[in-house]
Amino acid sequence: MSLEQFKDRNIAQNYTYIPIDKPPMKPMDKFKRVVRRTFKGELFVGLWVVFREMIRFNIHTVKYPLEKLPISPRYRAVHKLYRHLESGNERCIGCGLCEKICIANCIRIDTRYDENQRKEVTEYTINLGRCIFCGYCADVCPELAIVHGQRYENASEQRAHFVLKDDMLTPLDFLKEGKQEEFPGFGAVSPNADERIKKTPLAY
Amino acid sequence: MTFSEFAIATIIKILVILGVISAMAGFGTYLERKVLAFMQRRLGPMHVGPYGLLQVLADGIKLFTKEDIVPQNTVKPIFMIAPIISAATAFIALAAVPLLPEFTVFGITVHPIVADINVGILFVLGLMASGLFGPLLAGMASANKWGLLGAARTVIQLLSYEVVTGLSILAPLMLVGSLSLIDINNYQAGGFAEWIVWKQPVAFVLFLIAGFAETNRTPFDLLEHEAEIVSGYATEYSGMRWGMFFIGEYANMITLGFLASLVFLGGFNDWGFIPGGLAIILKVSFIFFFFLWTRAAWPHVRPDQLMWLCWKVLMPIAVLNVVVTGFVLMM
Repeated sequence: MSLEQFKDRNIAQNYTYIPIDKPPMKPMDKFKRVVRRTFKGELFVGLWVVFREMIRFNIHTVKYPLEKLPISPRYRAVHKLYRHLESGNERCIGCGLCEKICIANCIRIDTRYDENQRKEVTEYTINLGRCIFCGYCADVCPELAIVHGQRYENASEQRAHFVLKDDMLTPLDFLKEGKQEEFPGFGAVSPNADERIKKTPLAY
Repeated sequence: MTFSEFAIATIIKILVILGVISAMAGFGTYLERKVLAFMQRRLGPMHVGPYGLLQVLADGIKLFTKEDIVPQNTVKPIFMIAPIISAATAFIALAAVPLLPEFTVFGITVHPIVADINVGILFVLGLMASGLFGPLLAGMASANKWGLLGAARTVIQLLSYEVVTGLSILAPLMLVGSLSLIDINNYQAGGFAEWIVWKQPVAFVLFLIAGFAETNRTPFDLLEHEAEIVSGYATEYSGMRWGMFFIGEYANMITLGFLASLVFLGGFNDWGFIPGGLAIILKVSFIFFFFLWTRAAWPHVRPDQLMWLCWKVLMPIAVLNVVVTGFVLMM
Protein backbone atom coordinates (compact mmCIF):
# COMPACT_ATOMS: atom_id res chain seq x y z
CA MET A 1 0.00 0.00 0.00
CA SER A 2 1.53 3.27 -1.09
CA LEU A 3 1.64 6.43 0.96
CA GLU A 4 -0.63 8.13 -1.55
CA GLN A 5 -3.50 5.82 -0.66
CA PHE A 6 -2.95 6.46 3.02
CA LYS A 7 -3.20 10.20 2.57
CA ASP A 8 -6.51 9.96 0.71
CA ARG A 9 -8.90 9.83 3.61
CA ASN A 10 -12.08 10.72 1.79
CA ILE A 11 -14.24 7.92 3.11
CA ALA A 12 -17.31 8.97 1.17
CA GLN A 13 -15.81 8.09 -2.20
CA ASN A 14 -17.81 4.89 -2.67
CA TYR A 15 -21.12 6.12 -1.32
CA THR A 16 -24.07 7.02 -3.50
CA TYR A 17 -26.87 9.32 -2.48
CA ILE A 18 -30.30 7.67 -2.50
CA PRO A 19 -33.13 10.15 -2.89
CA ILE A 20 -36.09 9.39 -0.64
CA ASP A 21 -39.43 10.70 -1.81
CA LYS A 22 -41.96 12.26 0.51
CA PRO A 23 -44.71 9.84 1.57
CA PRO A 24 -47.91 10.30 -0.45
CA MET A 25 -50.69 12.22 1.24
CA LYS A 26 -53.61 12.07 -1.19
CA PRO A 27 -55.63 8.85 -1.36
CA MET A 28 -54.98 8.50 -5.07
CA ASP A 29 -51.21 8.78 -4.54
CA LYS A 30 -51.40 6.21 -1.77
CA PHE A 31 -53.30 3.90 -4.05
CA LYS A 32 -50.71 4.39 -6.80
CA ARG A 33 -47.95 3.55 -4.33
CA VAL A 34 -49.72 0.35 -3.31
CA VAL A 35 -50.10 -0.71 -6.93
CA ARG A 36 -46.48 0.17 -7.69
CA ARG A 37 -45.22 -1.79 -4.72
CA THR A 38 -47.47 -4.75 -5.44
CA PHE A 39 -46.23 -5.24 -8.97
CA LYS A 40 -42.62 -4.31 -8.34
CA GLY A 41 -41.72 -7.88 -7.46
CA GLU A 42 -39.67 -7.03 -4.39
CA LEU A 43 -41.19 -9.97 -2.56
CA PHE A 44 -39.82 -12.27 -5.22
CA VAL A 45 -36.40 -10.69 -4.93
CA GLY A 46 -36.48 -11.64 -1.26
CA LEU A 47 -37.51 -15.17 -2.11
CA TRP A 48 -34.74 -15.43 -4.68
CA VAL A 49 -32.08 -14.16 -2.28
CA VAL A 50 -32.76 -16.77 0.38
CA PHE A 51 -33.18 -19.51 -2.23
CA ARG A 52 -29.84 -18.56 -3.80
CA GLU A 53 -28.17 -18.82 -0.42
CA MET A 54 -29.72 -22.25 0.10
CA ILE A 55 -28.43 -23.50 -3.26
CA ARG A 56 -24.97 -22.05 -2.74
CA PHE A 57 -24.83 -23.86 0.60
CA ASN A 58 -22.20 -21.48 1.85
CA ILE A 59 -22.57 -22.37 5.53
CA HIS A 60 -20.96 -20.03 8.02
CA THR A 61 -21.57 -22.04 11.16
CA VAL A 62 -18.55 -22.75 13.34
CA LYS A 63 -19.27 -25.89 15.34
CA TYR A 64 -17.71 -24.31 18.38
CA PRO A 65 -16.46 -26.99 20.73
CA LEU A 66 -15.16 -28.95 17.74
CA GLU A 67 -13.98 -26.02 15.63
CA LYS A 68 -12.58 -22.74 16.87
CA LEU A 69 -12.01 -19.44 15.18
CA PRO A 70 -8.44 -18.15 15.34
CA ILE A 71 -7.98 -15.40 17.90
CA SER A 72 -5.68 -12.43 17.75
CA PRO A 73 -2.14 -13.06 18.96
CA ARG A 74 -2.61 -10.08 21.25
CA TYR A 75 -5.63 -11.63 22.92
CA ARG A 76 -5.31 -11.56 26.72
CA ALA A 77 -6.58 -14.83 28.12
CA VAL A 78 -5.37 -16.98 31.04
CA HIS A 79 -1.81 -16.14 32.04
CA LYS A 80 1.25 -18.27 31.41
CA LEU A 81 4.36 -18.43 33.55
CA TYR A 82 7.48 -19.02 31.47
CA ARG A 83 10.73 -20.84 32.18
CA HIS A 84 14.28 -20.10 31.11
CA LEU A 85 15.01 -21.90 27.89
CA GLU A 86 18.33 -23.47 28.89
CA SER A 87 18.12 -24.16 32.59
CA GLY A 88 14.42 -24.73 32.86
CA ASN A 89 14.23 -22.58 35.98
CA GLU A 90 11.30 -20.31 36.47
CA ARG A 91 11.84 -16.89 35.02
CA CYS A 92 10.02 -15.17 37.84
CA ILE A 93 12.48 -13.42 40.15
CA GLY A 94 9.89 -12.59 42.77
CA CYS A 95 10.20 -8.83 42.34
CA GLY A 96 6.51 -8.40 43.14
CA LEU A 97 5.86 -5.74 40.51
CA CYS A 98 2.88 -7.61 39.12
CA GLU A 99 1.41 -7.96 42.57
CA LYS A 100 1.80 -4.21 43.07
CA ILE A 101 0.40 -3.10 39.74
CA CYS A 102 -2.54 -5.51 39.70
CA ILE A 103 -5.60 -3.27 39.86
CA ALA A 104 -7.93 -6.15 40.62
CA ASN A 105 -5.68 -7.21 43.49
CA CYS A 106 -5.72 -10.80 42.40
CA ILE A 107 -2.01 -11.72 42.27
CA ARG A 108 -0.29 -12.99 45.37
CA ILE A 109 3.40 -13.89 45.63
CA ASP A 110 5.32 -15.49 48.51
CA THR A 111 9.09 -15.53 48.32
CA ARG A 112 12.00 -16.66 50.45
CA TYR A 113 15.80 -16.71 50.21
CA ASP A 114 17.16 -20.09 49.19
CA GLU A 115 20.50 -21.58 50.32
CA ASN A 116 22.41 -19.43 47.78
CA GLN A 117 20.80 -16.30 49.11
CA ARG A 118 18.81 -15.98 45.86
CA LYS A 119 15.17 -15.12 45.90
CA GLU A 120 12.89 -18.05 45.24
CA VAL A 121 9.15 -17.88 44.56
CA THR A 122 7.34 -20.29 46.86
CA GLU A 123 3.79 -19.24 46.04
CA TYR A 124 2.47 -17.59 42.94
CA THR A 125 -1.29 -17.44 42.57
CA ILE A 126 -3.55 -15.43 40.32
CA ASN A 127 -7.18 -15.47 41.34
CA LEU A 128 -8.66 -15.76 37.86
CA GLY A 129 -12.12 -15.24 39.28
CA ARG A 130 -11.11 -11.69 40.14
CA CYS A 131 -8.68 -11.03 37.33
CA ILE A 132 -9.98 -8.52 34.77
CA PHE A 133 -7.35 -9.55 32.17
CA CYS A 134 -6.08 -6.00 31.78
CA GLY A 135 -2.57 -7.18 30.93
CA TYR A 136 -0.72 -4.84 33.33
CA CYS A 137 1.13 -7.73 34.97
CA ALA A 138 2.48 -8.91 31.62
CA ASP A 139 3.30 -5.32 30.72
CA VAL A 140 5.23 -4.60 33.88
CA CYS A 141 7.12 -7.88 34.18
CA PRO A 142 10.84 -7.13 33.64
CA GLU A 143 11.72 -10.76 32.93
CA LEU A 144 8.89 -11.64 30.49
CA ALA A 145 8.02 -14.29 33.03
CA ILE A 146 4.28 -13.76 33.17
CA VAL A 147 2.50 -13.35 29.86
CA HIS A 148 -1.01 -13.77 28.57
CA GLY A 149 -1.86 -16.98 26.79
CA GLN A 150 -4.61 -17.92 24.33
CA ARG A 151 -6.60 -20.24 26.60
CA TYR A 152 -9.97 -18.52 26.97
CA GLU A 153 -12.04 -21.52 28.02
CA ASN A 154 -11.51 -21.20 31.74
CA ALA A 155 -14.83 -22.33 33.11
CA SER A 156 -14.54 -24.65 36.06
CA GLU A 157 -16.55 -26.47 38.67
CA GLN A 158 -14.56 -25.18 41.62
CA ARG A 159 -13.21 -21.80 42.52
CA ALA A 160 -9.94 -23.41 43.62
CA HIS A 161 -9.24 -24.20 39.99
CA PHE A 162 -9.03 -20.50 39.20
CA VAL A 163 -5.76 -20.04 41.06
CA LEU A 164 -3.62 -23.01 40.08
CA LYS A 165 -0.02 -22.11 39.40
CA ASP A 166 0.66 -25.49 37.84
CA ASP A 167 -1.76 -24.75 35.03
CA MET A 168 0.01 -21.53 34.15
CA LEU A 169 3.63 -22.64 34.46
CA THR A 170 5.19 -24.10 31.32
CA PRO A 171 5.62 -27.85 31.91
CA LEU A 172 9.25 -29.01 31.75
CA ASP A 173 8.74 -31.59 28.98
CA PHE A 174 6.89 -28.98 26.97
CA LEU A 175 9.87 -26.67 27.39
CA LYS A 176 12.34 -29.36 26.30
CA GLU A 177 10.40 -29.86 23.09
CA GLY A 178 10.97 -26.18 22.39
CA LYS A 179 7.29 -25.35 22.36
CA GLN A 180 7.47 -22.36 24.67
CA GLU A 181 6.99 -19.49 22.25
CA GLU A 182 8.62 -16.22 23.16
CA PHE A 183 6.25 -13.44 24.09
CA PRO A 184 6.87 -10.44 21.81
CA GLY A 185 5.94 -8.06 24.58
CA PHE A 186 2.63 -6.66 25.63
CA GLY A 187 1.17 -4.45 22.92
CA ALA A 188 3.35 -5.84 20.16
CA VAL A 189 1.83 -5.81 16.71
CA SER A 190 0.28 -9.04 15.60
CA PRO A 191 2.12 -11.10 12.94
CA ASN A 192 -0.50 -10.43 10.28
CA ALA A 193 -0.75 -6.73 11.05
CA ASP A 194 0.32 -5.71 7.54
CA GLU A 195 -2.56 -7.52 5.87
CA ARG A 196 -5.14 -6.20 8.24
CA ILE A 197 -4.18 -2.54 8.07
CA LYS A 198 -6.99 -0.24 6.97
CA LYS A 199 -7.45 3.40 6.28
CA THR A 200 -8.56 5.41 9.25
CA PRO A 201 -11.94 6.96 8.47
CA LEU A 202 -11.38 10.51 9.58
CA ALA A 203 -13.14 12.62 6.98
CA TYR A 204 -16.76 12.53 8.01
CA MET B 1 -69.42 -54.07 2.15
CA THR B 2 -71.02 -54.86 5.47
CA PHE B 3 -71.16 -52.39 8.30
CA SER B 4 -68.45 -54.17 10.31
CA GLU B 5 -66.08 -54.15 7.34
CA PHE B 6 -66.78 -50.48 6.84
CA ALA B 7 -66.17 -49.73 10.53
CA ILE B 8 -62.90 -51.66 10.61
CA ALA B 9 -61.67 -50.01 7.41
CA THR B 10 -62.57 -46.57 8.70
CA ILE B 11 -60.85 -47.13 12.03
CA ILE B 12 -57.72 -48.34 10.28
CA LYS B 13 -57.78 -45.28 8.03
CA ILE B 14 -58.23 -42.98 11.01
CA LEU B 15 -55.32 -44.55 12.86
CA VAL B 16 -53.07 -44.42 9.81
CA ILE B 17 -53.92 -40.78 9.12
CA LEU B 18 -53.41 -39.83 12.76
CA GLY B 19 -50.08 -41.62 12.93
CA VAL B 20 -48.74 -40.51 9.58
CA ILE B 21 -49.86 -36.91 9.83
CA SER B 22 -48.56 -36.44 13.38
CA ALA B 23 -45.26 -38.01 12.31
CA MET B 24 -45.19 -35.68 9.32
CA ALA B 25 -45.99 -32.75 11.58
CA GLY B 26 -43.06 -33.71 13.79
CA PHE B 27 -40.81 -34.18 10.81
CA GLY B 28 -42.08 -30.85 9.51
CA THR B 29 -40.51 -29.07 12.47
CA TYR B 30 -37.19 -30.69 11.57
CA LEU B 31 -37.57 -29.68 7.93
CA GLU B 32 -38.50 -26.16 8.92
CA ARG B 33 -35.44 -25.78 11.09
CA LYS B 34 -33.16 -27.23 8.42
CA VAL B 35 -34.55 -25.22 5.52
CA LEU B 36 -34.55 -22.00 7.50
CA ALA B 37 -31.00 -22.71 8.62
CA PHE B 38 -29.74 -23.34 5.11
CA MET B 39 -31.40 -20.18 3.86
CA GLN B 40 -29.69 -18.23 6.63
CA ARG B 41 -26.28 -19.89 6.08
CA ARG B 42 -26.56 -21.96 9.23
CA LEU B 43 -26.47 -25.69 9.73
CA GLY B 44 -29.54 -26.22 11.89
CA PRO B 45 -29.85 -29.25 14.16
CA MET B 46 -26.78 -31.42 13.66
CA HIS B 47 -25.96 -33.29 16.84
CA VAL B 48 -28.81 -35.69 17.61
CA GLY B 49 -28.47 -38.55 15.17
CA PRO B 50 -27.12 -38.28 11.62
CA TYR B 51 -27.59 -34.69 10.40
CA GLY B 52 -29.79 -34.07 13.42
CA LEU B 53 -32.52 -36.40 12.16
CA LEU B 54 -33.36 -37.64 15.64
CA GLN B 55 -33.88 -34.10 16.90
CA VAL B 56 -37.62 -34.64 16.44
CA LEU B 57 -37.44 -37.63 18.79
CA ALA B 58 -35.45 -35.67 21.35
CA ASP B 59 -37.94 -32.82 21.19
CA GLY B 60 -40.80 -35.27 21.54
CA ILE B 61 -39.28 -36.85 24.63
CA LYS B 62 -38.70 -33.40 26.06
CA LEU B 63 -42.27 -32.28 25.39
CA PHE B 64 -43.81 -35.46 26.80
CA THR B 65 -41.78 -35.50 29.99
CA LYS B 66 -41.95 -31.80 30.77
CA GLU B 67 -44.06 -30.72 33.69
CA ASP B 68 -47.56 -29.71 32.68
CA ILE B 69 -47.88 -26.37 34.42
CA VAL B 70 -51.30 -24.81 34.91
CA PRO B 71 -50.68 -21.36 36.35
CA GLN B 72 -52.71 -19.70 39.08
CA ASN B 73 -55.78 -17.64 38.17
CA THR B 74 -56.33 -19.51 34.92
CA VAL B 75 -59.70 -20.96 34.07
CA LYS B 76 -58.45 -24.50 34.51
CA PRO B 77 -60.83 -26.64 32.42
CA ILE B 78 -60.70 -24.26 29.47
CA PHE B 79 -56.97 -23.79 29.79
CA MET B 80 -56.51 -27.53 29.68
CA ILE B 81 -58.91 -28.24 26.84
CA ALA B 82 -57.82 -25.45 24.47
CA PRO B 83 -54.78 -27.18 22.95
CA ILE B 84 -56.86 -30.29 22.38
CA ILE B 85 -59.34 -28.23 20.35
CA SER B 86 -56.48 -26.89 18.30
CA ALA B 87 -55.00 -30.29 17.51
CA ALA B 88 -58.30 -32.16 17.19
CA THR B 89 -59.91 -29.77 14.70
CA ALA B 90 -56.78 -29.91 12.58
CA PHE B 91 -57.00 -33.69 12.41
CA ILE B 92 -60.77 -33.87 11.99
CA ALA B 93 -60.45 -31.52 9.04
CA LEU B 94 -58.28 -34.14 7.35
CA ALA B 95 -61.15 -36.64 7.48
CA ALA B 96 -62.83 -35.24 4.38
CA VAL B 97 -59.62 -34.76 2.41
CA PRO B 98 -58.79 -37.44 -0.17
CA LEU B 99 -55.08 -37.85 0.49
CA LEU B 100 -54.13 -40.20 -2.35
CA PRO B 101 -55.82 -41.78 -5.37
CA GLU B 102 -57.50 -45.16 -4.92
CA PHE B 103 -55.15 -48.09 -4.74
CA THR B 104 -55.42 -51.84 -4.23
CA VAL B 105 -53.69 -53.75 -1.45
CA PHE B 106 -54.17 -57.55 -1.04
CA GLY B 107 -57.10 -57.45 -3.42
CA ILE B 108 -58.92 -54.76 -1.43
CA THR B 109 -59.56 -51.40 -3.05
CA VAL B 110 -58.68 -48.65 -0.60
CA HIS B 111 -60.17 -45.17 -0.78
CA PRO B 112 -57.70 -43.04 1.17
CA ILE B 113 -60.39 -40.74 2.53
CA VAL B 114 -62.09 -41.29 5.86
CA ALA B 115 -65.44 -39.79 4.95
CA ASP B 116 -66.32 -38.93 1.36
CA ILE B 117 -69.01 -36.42 2.22
CA ASN B 118 -70.57 -34.34 -0.52
CA VAL B 119 -69.75 -31.04 1.19
CA GLY B 120 -66.09 -31.96 1.68
CA ILE B 121 -64.47 -28.59 1.19
CA LEU B 122 -67.06 -26.82 3.29
CA PHE B 123 -66.41 -29.30 6.09
CA VAL B 124 -62.64 -28.83 5.89
CA LEU B 125 -62.81 -25.05 5.83
CA GLY B 126 -65.37 -25.05 8.63
CA LEU B 127 -63.20 -27.16 10.88
CA MET B 128 -60.10 -25.13 10.10
CA ALA B 129 -62.08 -22.05 11.06
CA SER B 130 -63.38 -23.60 14.27
CA GLY B 131 -59.76 -24.39 15.09
CA LEU B 132 -59.45 -20.73 16.03
CA PHE B 133 -61.26 -21.59 19.26
CA GLY B 134 -58.04 -23.25 20.41
CA PRO B 135 -55.88 -20.12 20.45
CA LEU B 136 -58.84 -17.94 21.42
CA LEU B 137 -59.80 -19.96 24.50
CA ALA B 138 -56.14 -20.56 25.40
CA GLY B 139 -55.38 -16.87 25.38
CA MET B 140 -58.54 -15.87 27.21
CA ALA B 141 -58.16 -18.55 29.87
CA SER B 142 -54.50 -18.15 30.68
CA ALA B 143 -54.74 -14.97 32.80
CA ASN B 144 -51.90 -13.33 30.93
CA LYS B 145 -51.95 -10.07 29.04
CA TRP B 146 -49.76 -11.42 26.25
CA GLY B 147 -52.09 -14.38 25.99
CA LEU B 148 -55.08 -12.07 25.80
CA LEU B 149 -53.46 -9.97 23.08
CA GLY B 150 -52.61 -13.13 21.20
CA ALA B 151 -56.20 -14.31 21.48
CA ALA B 152 -57.51 -10.97 20.25
CA ARG B 153 -55.18 -11.11 17.29
CA THR B 154 -56.27 -14.66 16.57
CA VAL B 155 -59.85 -13.55 16.25
CA ILE B 156 -59.21 -10.52 14.06
CA GLN B 157 -56.87 -12.49 11.83
CA LEU B 158 -58.61 -15.81 11.43
CA LEU B 159 -62.14 -14.43 11.22
CA SER B 160 -61.33 -11.85 8.59
CA TYR B 161 -59.19 -14.15 6.50
CA GLU B 162 -61.87 -16.80 6.66
CA VAL B 163 -63.91 -14.43 4.48
CA VAL B 164 -61.15 -14.24 1.89
CA THR B 165 -60.68 -18.00 1.87
CA GLY B 166 -64.37 -18.60 1.35
CA LEU B 167 -64.73 -16.00 -1.39
CA SER B 168 -61.57 -17.04 -3.19
CA ILE B 169 -62.57 -20.68 -3.25
CA LEU B 170 -66.08 -19.80 -4.37
CA ALA B 171 -64.97 -19.07 -7.94
CA PRO B 172 -63.42 -22.51 -8.59
CA LEU B 173 -66.43 -24.11 -6.93
CA MET B 174 -68.69 -22.27 -9.40
CA LEU B 175 -66.67 -23.83 -12.22
CA VAL B 176 -66.85 -27.32 -10.80
CA GLY B 177 -70.36 -27.20 -9.43
CA SER B 178 -69.67 -29.50 -6.52
CA LEU B 179 -68.31 -29.21 -3.00
CA SER B 180 -66.86 -32.70 -2.91
CA LEU B 181 -63.10 -32.68 -3.12
CA ILE B 182 -63.16 -35.84 -5.23
CA ASP B 183 -65.42 -34.14 -7.79
CA ILE B 184 -63.12 -31.13 -7.82
CA ASN B 185 -60.21 -33.46 -8.39
CA ASN B 186 -61.94 -35.33 -11.20
CA TYR B 187 -62.80 -32.02 -12.88
CA GLN B 188 -59.07 -31.54 -13.47
CA ALA B 189 -58.46 -35.05 -14.80
CA GLY B 190 -57.52 -33.77 -18.28
CA GLY B 191 -53.90 -33.13 -17.31
CA PHE B 192 -51.66 -30.15 -16.76
CA ALA B 193 -53.66 -27.76 -18.95
CA GLU B 194 -56.88 -28.56 -17.06
CA TRP B 195 -55.64 -27.39 -13.69
CA ILE B 196 -57.96 -24.84 -12.14
CA VAL B 197 -55.02 -22.57 -11.35
CA TRP B 198 -54.86 -21.59 -15.06
CA LYS B 199 -58.53 -20.62 -15.04
CA GLN B 200 -58.50 -19.01 -11.61
CA PRO B 201 -54.99 -17.61 -10.95
CA VAL B 202 -56.33 -14.75 -8.84
CA ALA B 203 -58.31 -17.12 -6.66
CA PHE B 204 -55.21 -19.27 -6.21
CA VAL B 205 -53.09 -16.35 -5.03
CA LEU B 206 -55.84 -15.14 -2.71
CA PHE B 207 -56.32 -18.63 -1.30
CA LEU B 208 -52.60 -18.98 -0.62
CA ILE B 209 -52.41 -15.58 1.10
CA ALA B 210 -55.44 -16.37 3.23
CA GLY B 211 -53.96 -19.78 3.94
CA PHE B 212 -50.84 -18.16 5.36
CA ALA B 213 -53.05 -16.11 7.64
CA GLU B 214 -55.16 -19.09 8.71
CA THR B 215 -52.22 -21.30 9.58
CA ASN B 216 -50.58 -18.20 11.08
CA ARG B 217 -47.37 -18.56 9.13
CA THR B 218 -44.80 -15.87 8.86
CA PRO B 219 -45.99 -12.88 6.93
CA PHE B 220 -49.05 -13.04 9.18
CA ASP B 221 -47.88 -14.77 12.36
CA LEU B 222 -49.10 -12.08 14.68
CA LEU B 223 -50.57 -14.59 17.09
CA GLU B 224 -47.25 -15.53 18.56
CA HIS B 225 -45.03 -12.71 17.53
CA GLU B 226 -42.10 -13.17 19.91
CA ALA B 227 -40.83 -9.64 19.65
CA GLU B 228 -44.18 -8.10 20.55
CA ILE B 229 -46.28 -10.45 22.64
CA VAL B 230 -43.77 -13.06 23.92
CA SER B 231 -45.53 -16.11 22.56
CA GLY B 232 -49.08 -14.87 22.22
CA TYR B 233 -51.77 -17.30 23.26
CA ALA B 234 -49.17 -20.01 24.03
CA THR B 235 -47.23 -17.92 26.56
CA GLU B 236 -48.43 -19.80 29.62
CA TYR B 237 -48.29 -23.26 28.07
CA SER B 238 -45.58 -25.84 28.55
CA GLY B 239 -44.91 -29.44 27.75
CA MET B 240 -47.27 -31.45 25.63
CA ARG B 241 -50.10 -28.94 25.78
CA TRP B 242 -47.84 -26.44 24.09
CA GLY B 243 -46.74 -29.17 21.71
CA MET B 244 -50.33 -29.86 20.71
CA PHE B 245 -50.72 -26.31 19.42
CA PHE B 246 -47.77 -26.95 17.19
CA ILE B 247 -48.94 -30.33 16.00
CA GLY B 248 -52.21 -28.58 15.17
CA GLU B 249 -50.40 -25.81 13.31
CA TYR B 250 -48.33 -28.21 11.24
CA ALA B 251 -51.30 -30.49 10.58
CA ASN B 252 -53.15 -27.39 9.36
CA MET B 253 -50.27 -26.56 7.07
CA ILE B 254 -50.44 -30.06 5.60
CA THR B 255 -54.23 -29.83 5.23
CA LEU B 256 -53.89 -26.51 3.49
CA GLY B 257 -51.26 -27.97 1.21
CA PHE B 258 -53.66 -30.77 0.28
CA LEU B 259 -56.53 -28.33 -0.24
CA ALA B 260 -54.50 -26.04 -2.47
CA SER B 261 -53.19 -28.90 -4.57
CA LEU B 262 -56.59 -30.60 -4.82
CA VAL B 263 -58.54 -27.49 -5.72
CA PHE B 264 -56.04 -25.60 -7.83
CA LEU B 265 -53.09 -27.77 -8.79
CA GLY B 266 -54.71 -30.81 -10.35
CA GLY B 267 -55.02 -32.94 -7.23
CA PHE B 268 -54.00 -36.57 -7.47
CA ASN B 269 -54.48 -36.97 -11.20
CA ASP B 270 -51.53 -38.37 -13.10
CA TRP B 271 -49.16 -35.59 -14.07
CA GLY B 272 -47.44 -36.61 -17.29
CA PHE B 273 -45.36 -39.64 -16.42
CA ILE B 274 -45.66 -39.02 -12.65
CA PRO B 275 -48.34 -41.24 -11.06
CA GLY B 276 -51.09 -39.44 -9.18
CA GLY B 277 -50.06 -40.50 -5.69
CA LEU B 278 -46.55 -39.16 -6.15
CA ALA B 279 -47.82 -36.06 -7.91
CA ILE B 280 -49.96 -34.93 -5.00
CA ILE B 281 -47.16 -35.63 -2.53
CA LEU B 282 -44.83 -33.50 -4.64
CA LYS B 283 -47.38 -30.68 -4.81
CA VAL B 284 -48.04 -30.75 -1.06
CA SER B 285 -44.30 -30.84 -0.37
CA PHE B 286 -43.78 -27.82 -2.57
CA ILE B 287 -46.51 -25.87 -0.79
CA PHE B 288 -45.05 -26.87 2.57
CA PHE B 289 -41.62 -25.76 1.35
CA PHE B 290 -43.16 -22.51 0.18
CA PHE B 291 -44.43 -21.90 3.72
CA LEU B 292 -40.88 -22.30 5.06
CA TRP B 293 -39.41 -20.31 2.19
CA THR B 294 -41.53 -17.24 2.84
CA ARG B 295 -40.72 -17.51 6.52
CA ALA B 296 -37.05 -17.13 5.69
CA ALA B 297 -37.56 -14.34 3.17
CA TRP B 298 -40.38 -12.06 4.24
CA PRO B 299 -40.90 -9.83 7.25
CA HIS B 300 -43.98 -9.74 9.43
CA VAL B 301 -46.75 -7.25 8.86
CA ARG B 302 -48.34 -5.13 11.54
CA PRO B 303 -51.86 -6.00 12.72
CA ASP B 304 -53.32 -2.87 11.11
CA GLN B 305 -51.55 -3.69 7.83
CA LEU B 306 -52.97 -7.19 8.08
CA MET B 307 -56.50 -5.90 8.44
CA TRP B 308 -55.94 -3.32 5.72
CA LEU B 309 -54.72 -6.00 3.36
CA CYS B 310 -57.64 -8.28 4.13
CA TRP B 311 -60.57 -5.89 3.99
CA LYS B 312 -59.40 -3.20 1.60
CA VAL B 313 -57.41 -5.25 -0.92
CA LEU B 314 -58.01 -8.97 -0.84
CA MET B 315 -61.74 -9.01 -0.19
CA PRO B 316 -62.67 -6.60 -3.01
CA ILE B 317 -60.46 -8.56 -5.39
CA ALA B 318 -62.08 -11.81 -4.27
CA VAL B 319 -65.57 -10.40 -4.78
CA LEU B 320 -64.61 -9.05 -8.20
CA ASN B 321 -63.18 -12.43 -9.08
CA VAL B 322 -66.42 -14.16 -8.14
CA VAL B 323 -68.49 -11.64 -10.13
CA VAL B 324 -66.31 -11.91 -13.21
CA THR B 325 -66.35 -15.70 -13.01
CA GLY B 326 -70.14 -15.60 -12.77
CA PHE B 327 -70.46 -13.41 -15.87
CA VAL B 328 -68.07 -15.60 -17.82
CA LEU B 329 -70.03 -18.71 -16.79
CA MET B 330 -73.32 -17.11 -17.83
CA MET B 331 -72.06 -16.26 -21.31
